[in-house]
Amino acid sequence: MSQVDTTTAAVPIRPWVASRSSQAKGLVAPLMIGIAAYLIVLFTGFAGADGWALLFFLLILAVSFVRSRKLGKTKLTNSMFNVVITGGALLAFAPWLSIFYSLVSKGFHGIYLGYFYHDMRVTTPDDELNLGGVGHAIIGSSMMVLIATAITLPLGILSGVYLTEVRGRLTRLVRFVVQSMSGVPSIVAGLFIFTTVVVTTQTFSGFAGSLALSILMLPTVARTAEEVLKLVPEDLRSASYALGARQWRSSLMVVLPTVRSGLTTAAILGVSRVIGETAPLILTAQSISSFKFNPFSGQIASIPMYIFALLQIGTEYSMARAWSGALVLMTIVFLLFVVARRLGGKDKR
Amino acid sequence: MHVVYSLGDRIFRRIVTAGALTSLVILALIGLFLFARGAEIFRDMGLKFITGVNWSTGSEDGTTAAEFSIGPMLVGTIIVSFIALIIALPLSIAGALFIEFYSSQRLKRTLVSLLDLAAAIPSIFFGLWGIQIFSSIAEKWSFLLNSYLGWFPLFSNEMQVFGRSPFVAGLVLAAMITPIITSISREVYSRTPRELVDTCYALGGTRWGAIRTVVMPFGRSGVVGGAMLGLGRALGETVAVYLILNLVFAYNFNILEAQGGNIASLIATRFGEATPYELKGLLAAGFVLFMLTLSVNMIATSVVQRAGKDRS
Amino acid sequence: MSQIENSTTLQTQNSDENGTTMNEMTASGESTAVADRPLGLETRGVHAWFGSHHVLSDINLQFPERSVTGLIGPSGCGKSTFLRMLNRMHEFIPSAAMAGEVLMNGNDIYASGIDAAAMRLKIGMVFQKPNPFPAMTIKENVLSGIKLANLKVPNHDEVVEKCLTRAGLWKEVKDRLNASGGSLSGGQQQRLCIARSLAVEPTILLMDEPCSALDPGSTLRIEETIHELAEKITVVIVTHNMQQASRVSNYCAFFLSDGGPGVLVEADATRKMFTNPTDTRTADYVQGKFG
Repeated sequence: MSQVDTTTAAVPIRPWVASRSSQAKGLVAPLMIGIAAYLIVLFTGFAGADGWALLFFLLILAVSFVRSRKLGKTKLTNSMFNVVITGGALLAFAPWLSIFYSLVSKGFHGIYLGYFYHDMRVTTPDDELNLGGVGHAIIGSSMMVLIATAITLPLGILSGVYLTEVRGRLTRLVRFVVQSMSGVPSIVAGLFIFTTVVVTTQTFSGFAGSLALSILMLPTVARTAEEVLKLVPEDLRSASYALGARQWRSSLMVVLPTVRSGLTTAAILGVSRVIGETAPLILTAQSISSFKFNPFSGQIASIPMYIFALLQIGTEYSMARAWSGALVLMTIVFLLFVVARRLGGKDKR
Repeated sequence: MHVVYSLGDRIFRRIVTAGALTSLVILALIGLFLFARGAEIFRDMGLKFITGVNWSTGSEDGTTAAEFSIGPMLVGTIIVSFIALIIALPLSIAGALFIEFYSSQRLKRTLVSLLDLAAAIPSIFFGLWGIQIFSSIAEKWSFLLNSYLGWFPLFSNEMQVFGRSPFVAGLVLAAMITPIITSISREVYSRTPRELVDTCYALGGTRWGAIRTVVMPFGRSGVVGGAMLGLGRALGETVAVYLILNLVFAYNFNILEAQGGNIASLIATRFGEATPYELKGLLAAGFVLFMLTLSVNMIATSVVQRAGKDRS
Repeated sequence: MSQIENSTTLQTQNSDENGTTMNEMTASGESTAVADRPLGLETRGVHAWFGSHHVLSDINLQFPERSVTGLIGPSGCGKSTFLRMLNRMHEFIPSAAMAGEVLMNGNDIYASGIDAAAMRLKIGMVFQKPNPFPAMTIKENVLSGIKLANLKVPNHDEVVEKCLTRAGLWKEVKDRLNASGGSLSGGQQQRLCIARSLAVEPTILLMDEPCSALDPGSTLRIEETIHELAEKITVVIVTHNMQQASRVSNYCAFFLSDGGPGVLVEADATRKMFTNPTDTRTADYVQGKFG
């Protein structure tokens, strides 16, 4: 009864997956239901895209109910929840998809080459969209973010090193505090820096803004730094100690260099966390409309505040500018994400 | 075990420990400063700071004293945040289940990236989107809600102006906190032991049967932790509420009525013209908000950490 | 060789309160060719892939009704994958693909239109690591399959007692049915899992190395249980332990992989496989020369 027959070439198939034709057939019903819903929307009180979506959902639910009823209670419940969960998930994703779509569709009107290197010094918010720009805000945001990184990256690394290398008695406390700190509301961070720095220096400043951003950025950087350092294999440290190296030498010269890209990722993720923050800047850096390169005295522009100011004016062109600024900001955040993802795989493990 | 460290190591360890403790120092300083600066207000108002109904700077000639209390704003904070949570939680759970159990490998990867990106959307975008795109839809829903359920006190609306209400603000906040809750829930659900899920199928169960029997009980504490983190975020949200909710300093439990506020937006609104004394009031308010969000976050952190630990 | 010979005594279905007695008797299926017996399950030309990785090639096996078939062979040759194809658990792995037929009562369970969930009520599975549902009591665990499939069962307590008895666990837990499933020892948990699988009344039970995580005492108790179960249902058991295979199974199927896909080298009555196998590789394996 033994068989060692390898001469027949068998073809792998997936009989549990619906075939292409039956998948196509499966789309016919939802399509018909969609059209039916559209017709009902036209002729009754259900209005708008959301009315159509609700109708579509209810009709699909009804059709699933009728189809699955004869299969027994468990299959029926399964089908119903299929629809409910898919619908719920779509509803959850809808706002973000709407935002991404709006960013592009409403924001791209105001984008032209000069948008990136002009400011709003001579342009009013209601001027034509080919005038003025967001350059000053980009510079301001970049400066504040750079200062914040310069502050939080070393502190975050120290925190990570403490948690993974030194591992002292306060480890659990430090970890808990770092995690809890990420819940500090952004306005409270702004309020704190206002009370301490702005009042004492008697001036709003980009520097104060970057301090407020640092408070919000530190937890992200510290947490990512810890995760990255945790990935360093224990053998690496042991080998270093076995060679007689002291802990500090070992940490500085062996462990940290291997996680260089990971730490860069930590910085990048921290930046993407704070670059869109508005509330803290209201109280610390406020906003201006022209280029400025000194972050230490006086107000300074930033992309979120640029958007905020234009938003409150509310006219057609100012809103268009606000969307364009938002599009630029989202693109920056997106690029940061892409870079962080590519770096994330680079450390040798 | 006593380890003897060299001098270099001792210095190294001191520096590292100091650096690690900065977070603790900052946190403590924030609390301390806010309390110290706001202390005068606490002294002057006592418990009325929380329970009173006025935020007034008093009259110019000093005959009426300034009186600051955050009662309505504190309640407003909680109302708006809870509306957001009630809506966001079921949607987030549905989203997490969908990504983990109802989508193909490729779709799952796309959706997880989308989720991460959504979590990074700055809150001001939600204000922008809320005003320009969502408010008309939300107004319509409010109107419908009032038409059918207006007899219920919560949904009554005297002014019949639907728009900048706690309900709308709550909906926008829901969209804002859904990414976090979905992310954490999805992560917890993905850690359900494979054999338990397989056993459900092997016993002849359906996908929903497996989810109901094994996945959701397993993930319960993680999801609760995630929900609390989302709540913490909603409690402290400033810009979106500032832009959407019509700030009126009065207790308002009719969520469809166009008035309300939360502590954060109060601070942002009054900050610009505040007298020194009023500023102290704002700082006292900030202190209360700080303690509130800190407690919620600490509880959430311990719940999430515990959920991650005792899974064998 | 002699050690193997002496241990190919098969236990009879003499289950009394003190456990089975070790009678030396010939295997009940020894003189009856497999093809003459009614088949609980049959596979024809079964292949398995994970992505483009071919892991099983052309498996043709027949599982007679009310018998125990052991799937033996060195680790990594696809026995567990094959087992999972018998109740369509294989397809839950995203990159999985297959070819061939798996026939139960003459019907291919992979045919389109087959209700996979209903099929799994008939073909049950016990996994390697005991995994009672942690959030449920012992009683709820036993009834969980009934609840999942929403089967109409008039008397829950009767079912619980019957299944726990068949799994050899009733005496030990009858006074604490409301204790948590996780409060039992490893061997007891595995027997609970067996009881849970039996509650939905399968005709075939697949067992994936059910004793590998257990101590010898629990292992022996479960082997006794398998004997008793085989009076009524068909059992297919994957095992690494050759002594266990010879103790427990009526038929054996020997799988082997030479780095390529796993193939079925030989399948026959256990006694014959261990004393006088047809293929030299089988002989080498059962003599312990490799694996």
